[in-house]
Amino acid sequence: MKTVWSFRLSYLFIAPFVLCFLAFIFVPVVLAILLSFTYFNAIEPPRFIGWSNYLYLMSQDLIFLKYAIPNTFKFALAVGPGGYVASFILAWLISQLPKHARTWYALAIYTPSLTAGIAMTIVWLPLLTGDRIGYLNSFLLNLGIIDKPVLWTTDKTYLMYCMIGVTLWSSMGVGFLAQLAGLLNVNPELYEAGRIDGIKSRLQEIWYITIPSMKPQMLFSAVMAIVTTFKSGQIGQELSGSFPTPQYAGHVLISHINDYGDIRFEMGYASTISVFLLLVMFFANKLSTKLFGSKGDE
Amino acid sequence: MAAIANRIKSFRFGRSRLNRVDNFQKFLYVLLTLLGAFMILPLIYIFNHALKPYSELFLYPPRIFVQDPTLQNFVELFTVTSTSVIPVTRYLFNSIVVTVLSVILVVIISALCAYPLSKHKFPGHKILFSTIILTLMFAPETVGIPRYLVASHLGIMNNYLGHLLPHLAAPVSVFLMKQFVDQVPNELLEAAKMDGAREFQIFMKVVIPMIMPAVATVAILTFQGVWGNTETSTLFMQDEAMKTFPFFLSTLTNGLANSVARQGAAAAATVIMFLPNFLIFLFFQSRVIATMAHSGIK
Repeated sequence: MKTVWSFRLSYLFIAPFVLCFLAFIFVPVVLAILLSFTYFNAIEPPRFIGWSNYLYLMSQDLIFLKYAIPNTFKFALAVGPGGYVASFILAWLISQLPKHARTWYALAIYTPSLTAGIAMTIVWLPLLTGDRIGYLNSFLLNLGIIDKPVLWTTDKTYLMYCMIGVTLWSSMGVGFLAQLAGLLNVNPELYEAGRIDGIKSRLQEIWYITIPSMKPQMLFSAVMAIVTTFKSGQIGQELSGSFPTPQYAGHVLISHINDYGDIRFEMGYASTISVFLLLVMFFANKLSTKLFGSKGDE
Repeated sequence: MAAIANRIKSFRFGRSRLNRVDNFQKFLYVLLTLLGAFMILPLIYIFNHALKPYSELFLYPPRIFVQDPTLQNFVELFTVTSTSVIPVTRYLFNSIVVTVLSVILVVIISALCAYPLSKHKFPGHKILFSTIILTLMFAPETVGIPRYLVASHLGIMNNYLGHLLPHLAAPVSVFLMKQFVDQVPNELLEAAKMDGAREFQIFMKVVIPMIMPAVATVAILTFQGVWGNTETSTLFMQDEAMKTFPFFLSTLTNGLANSVARQGAAAAATVIMFLPNFLIFLFFQSRVIATMAHSGIK
């Protein structure tokens, strides 16, 4: 107790953050877990119903099993690891340029991520419009690749690809910058030493020197990639302009939560899906820590 | 002569593949220029779109560049909406107030928390830090319903606090700041203490000046997050007059998927959303990269 008192100033310093953290992150997560075991329609008080929400989710919720899970999986795989590898490659290519040019290319790659959110939809919608005025349609028609306009954002076969494309376009954000900074920070003497030890190509250099020395930044970047991947589910509904998306083609876990929470007012069940999503994110992060985590200080 | 000697040397040591920089870099320039152009193209297009008169917006075949630029769309954005209940300037005002206050408060609160977390070994600092690492992957979108419940119990609905407080819980900011405070040598803090400085003075006079790059970065990232955020408007604000500009933007685009109405105004609004983000990043980008070098998670 005495030590706690002697650090009273430290606690005072951290208090504002910790209070906000408790109110808007910790308590909501705990509440979500508690609510996930109840039936709660926002009018009557929550009623405890045990595991039945989870049972329903795992066995009977056809939209969840048939659309939300496979779509999320597809979207997350393409945007998560796909975007991650892309951002590493881009960061590496840029780091090979001389300094004065580097900044401009980094800026060009990073800028799209500034539009993330609602602005992104407005940028892309006219490009993907379904009639021949749409820029993509008009371009492809001119080249003769397609012979009639394609409904990019409202057709169920293309919506998912549009979502992935648009999200990838805007995904070179904080994670990309972290990787670029990590690459630029690798001690150049290591490369010299590597050459003396017989490293022959740039690929070997990346594998044996670059990646091991920037693991911490890669982990940070991976965590950021996971977060953006799982929360950017709304893009489908913004692009197609309807909710749920046409024939559930762009239905991901986040949309499923909104469906039950905002439309059907089954807050208990929506919380169950939230908990499921949090668990998925948690294990995705565990996996990336396994891959990139360094043991102790290197 | 020297060049030839170098050539022979590099040949002898088998380094020729690593030193073939010139061709490789030329190739890189071409590749990255193409990629950068592709990334930037949609943004160039939205700027042009915002300046197009009606006669050009739906021209066939569509053109990216504007022929006859006008500010008509911006005028429309501000005049057409002034006849509705809430003029667009009100949304813009809300956004500016919320964003400026959030940026200032997040910087102060995160720095206040980061300093003891890094330099004071108070009981519980390990738990706090690992919780922050764990919540780096937290996406508020997943637990919207419990957050709504918390906000309604705190009585911050329809209130600027409802916009502010949720943003103050920013684990990424605390994390980045903490990584930077770690670089501040302990000896410096000890010396300041010897000279009779109080903790708060040390914090203001020693720590803050040394972590300025992190402060700039956190400010930029917060600005980007809050400026484009629609979550607090949809969840915590029922009063239309309290909602923010990005929310207004999302109402403009509702059903925009295949419609023609207000495309020009939406493009103009997007430009207003995007420009501040871009300019601020442009000014501070070197500091951001410097901070990101310390972003690694070990």
